[in-house]
Amino acid sequence: MKKFVSLILAAAMLMALAAFIPALTACDSSKTINLLNWGEYLDPELKTEFKKRTGITVNEKPVTSNEEMLQLLEADDCPYDLCIPSDYAVQRLIKGGKLAEINYDNIPNIKNIDKKYIDITNGFDPGNKHSVPYTWGVLGVLYNTTMVDEADLGSWDLLWNEKYKGEILMYDSIRDAMAAALSRKGYSLNTVNEAEINEAANDLIADPSLYQAWVTDEVKEIMIGGGAAIALVYSGDAVWMMDPEEGNTDLEFYVPKEGSNIYFDNFVIPVNSKKNELAEQFINFLLDPEVAAQNTEYIFYSTPNTEVPALLGEFLSECSAFNIPAEDVANCEIYKDLGEDIKLYNTAWDMVLAKR
Amino acid sequence: MKRVRLSYPYIFVWMPIFIVAPMLFVLYYATFRNGSFTLDYVKQVFTTSNYLPALWTSIWIALVTTAVCLILGYPVAYILSTMKKRTAALVSLLFIMPMWMNMLLRTFAWKIVLDKGGVFASITEFLTGQPSQILYTPAAVLIATIYDFLPFMILPLYTTLMKMDKSHVEAARDLGATGVQTFTKVILPLSVPGIISGITMVFVPAMSTFAVSRMLGGGKVKMIGEVIERKIMEQNDPAIGSTLSILLIILVLISMAIMNKVDKENSSTGGTLW
Repeated sequence: MKKFVSLILAAAMLMALAAFIPALTACDSSKTINLLNWGEYLDPELKTEFKKRTGITVNEKPVTSNEEMLQLLEADDCPYDLCIPSDYAVQRLIKGGKLAEINYDNIPNIKNIDKKYIDITNGFDPGNKHSVPYTWGVLGVLYNTTMVDEADLGSWDLLWNEKYKGEILMYDSIRDAMAAALSRKGYSLNTVNEAEINEAANDLIADPSLYQAWVTDEVKEIMIGGGAAIALVYSGDAVWMMDPEEGNTDLEFYVPKEGSNIYFDNFVIPVNSKKNELAEQFINFLLDPEVAAQNTEYIFYSTPNTEVPALLGEFLSECSAFNIPAEDVANCEIYKDLGEDIKLYNTAWDMVLAKR
Repeated sequence: MKRVRLSYPYIFVWMPIFIVAPMLFVLYYATFRNGSFTLDYVKQVFTTSNYLPALWTSIWIALVTTAVCLILGYPVAYILSTMKKRTAALVSLLFIMPMWMNMLLRTFAWKIVLDKGGVFASITEFLTGQPSQILYTPAAVLIATIYDFLPFMILPLYTTLMKMDKSHVEAARDLGATGVQTFTKVILPLSVPGIISGITMVFVPAMSTFAVSRMLGGGKVKMIGEVIERKIMEQNDPAIGSTLSILLIILVLISMAIMNKVDKENSSTGGTLW
């Protein structure tokens, strides 16, 4: 019996120790920052390089959704020093007073960020006091050049074209599917007009047999394998699918002329962080042209850094989903946090789900 | 007394935390808004046409799955029960073996088989000259649910048929009953308990199938489990999700009650699950 008890005690002590070790390495060292990031969203070599230059260790914790980030950042004892949420999440965090103001004296490389993107990000963070744009992307149409006629391109109508019945993949996500239907009709992506929302929802189920399937991540394997001709996707995913090494070179991308959604993922520093300066140093490092170019070649997402395009390899500098024309960007809208009005979308989406 | 105490951890810790409390939460979300009682959510489920279609889809997919499993499974179970015990054990191992693998993996395998350029498309092309893709249709979901649940039908049937006293069959034949008569008058009635538990074990989980319709339905075959998940996870609306969950629980209870009634009326052998 005694032996049993001591065994249990030993196990308990081991477990307590094991629980402490990550906590120690994560929080205690003064030369460490904790980064909350999307998976595969930063070239790991750059963390080593940053450590070599400054002696600062970057600890990364991956998450899969803005909702998860919000949950972690809105907690009172948030241990993170830097995070990369999307536009509407930034808006919500600012509203909740969860973000520290950024001291731009520590980020001289901010000069590399294109003014035209700052104008857009001002829409969710007036004056960019709390956030620095990291990457951006646009919702658009990916198509297989061997299956789609050139004459049919250019508009959202391609997703409703009867000629490609059963060859179209829809994005199974409430705001994005609705965005395609709304902007096709010339409505705002953030409309709270019930008639407009219902009209868009009805368009999505006008002919359910048009769509082979409603997918999220599966879109990649299907489009790369040539299993469908057309898909509603974000430009970042499109670049990934068009990559000659792992993707399919028959794929091309365009932003419909009616306009679309543009999103930004942005650096923010949680208000509770005591290492603002270290975090700002890291942001500045990542905005350096050489570093940003290396990172872009790794993550494939479009960057607001004006110095990067000249330094990129052949594939990215020619990829239609990476180099979105400025006039298309000007045509795009960001999603706003709709608050209670999101219920109008939820109700319409329920109908879509039931009938599609 | 001491042995009773061994069940205390389950009764006083496990059950309240993992069974009773979650059920109460579900009930609360479904019937309270801002702290006061309401039946609005129930009304909403029944008056809008957004949720009931998924329920019908679930019910018919479960019914067809159960029927096909019974038709396919009964002869197999019967043949198994007439085999030598060792042979039967070996053969039934073959039925059980796929169940050693996780259901998601099996479903994923079906996705590859049924996809464009998959085995199924090649076979239909060979037979009809036209490759047909049934992935992302109700047929694909049905094939996978039948595949997944068939062992749950065969095993209880096999157990009941194996335990059946064979002298009843011999007596019937001695007294001049034909093969068909022996089956309908003796074997079938005696195997009712197995049929009942087979149906229960297939119908109930098939109705709340979630991953299969999600993976093979392409977002076009909506079953009730997926609607519940979306309401709660995607739309952050636990009220409707909980109401639908309760509806599903009630449906399961009703089908169990019907099974029990049939079981009591028919069985004199007192056979139970498996």
